[in-house]
Amino acid sequence: MKAIGEFTKGIIKENPVFIMALGLCPALAVSTSVENAIGMGAAATFVLLGSNLIISLIKNFIPAKIRIPCFILVIASFVTIVDMTMHAYLPPLHKSLGIFIPLIVVNCLILSRAEAFASKNGVGLSILDALGMGIGFTLALVIIATFREILGSGTFLNMQILPQSYKPMIVAILPPGAFFTIGLLMGLFNQLKKKNN
Amino acid sequence: MQISNLFFIIISAIFINNFVLVRFLGLCPYIGVSKKLDSALGMGMAVIFVMTMASVFTWLINHFFLSPVTGIFNYDLTFLRTITFILSIAVLVQFVEMVIRKSAPELYKALGIYLPLITTNCAVLGVSILNITENYNFIEALLNGMASGVGFTLVLLLMAGMRERLDRAKVPKAFKGMPIAFILAGTMALAFLGFSGLKF
Repeated sequence: MKAIGEFTKGIIKENPVFIMALGLCPALAVSTSVENAIGMGAAATFVLLGSNLIISLIKNFIPAKIRIPCFILVIASFVTIVDMTMHAYLPPLHKSLGIFIPLIVVNCLILSRAEAFASKNGVGLSILDALGMGIGFTLALVIIATFREILGSGTFLNMQILPQSYKPMIVAILPPGAFFTIGLLMGLFNQLKKKNN
Repeated sequence: MQISNLFFIIISAIFINNFVLVRFLGLCPYIGVSKKLDSALGMGMAVIFVMTMASVFTWLINHFFLSPVTGIFNYDLTFLRTITFILSIAVLVQFVEMVIRKSAPELYKALGIYLPLITTNCAVLGVSILNITENYNFIEALLNGMASGVGFTLVLLLMAGMRERLDRAKVPKAFKGMPIAFILAGTMALAFLGFSGLKF
């Protein structure tokens, strides 16, 4: 029962982007299209899974004082794996995510899960936590990107869904659109949370 | 030619490609530390300092060790960029913290709690990687680091000034705190979009 809770909490109740406001930089920067959002979400989930797994395995060998540099090293290794794999097999996606692939290293979501969860819990729970948080992060990115892509280019996953006569709201895919979208969505989430309580 | 190029890098880093509002780097401190003007100023100064130092160090590391052309190993080590950069930034921040604590206790008191946070500020790693991908030379990298820090501090201070007033504004309950801060950042980003017409 507890295991299911650890898995599902990251998806809605403790959603990393909308509720905990972690990993905001990539969430805003790459959410110009749903395709990018899924790519970023998958990359971050993989890194999260790997770092939570390794850190929960070696947590007893890391001296408490230098644990943060150790966590960052583990995370950086997985980010390098993702970076090189994506560069080799998905070059267009690698190009459009650009600098935000290496920047997964400093994504506060991943470090905070390592510090707050994986360094205190066993392997099984850490993997579930990573999966839940990764899915929650991906979901948040996809939600933001859905609004921005539909409004900003009239498409969803590169398929035209609004009529050709629709004039795209360019501002939605420009930086201000990202800030407005996440502000409104966070407000919406707060409202929903209050209703549920 | 050279001078105008440097000038362009500075203007571009501060206004046209502002780190926070256009590139989306360093959002966590931008939203987190912009509630009070004094703390925003402390954070901003610390970021300018660390970003400049980090630009210098990571550029040197890349030039002398990682690059296959100019590096001493004559071997393409660029795949180690992410790891070496984040490690050197962490070491640098730790070092700066110790130096400031010894030599300027007053400054340390002001910056103290912000310094460790800077390691995970994506703006610092971001500017280091951008310097390399943009093929900047040493002087350009140094100026870009400093100017990006100035741009970050500028919008952080503007935001803090506005949020101090926002405390007294009537905001719908669900939008209190972070959501309204993002809406505010959105309007600021709209304003900064105007600078994109400033192409040389």
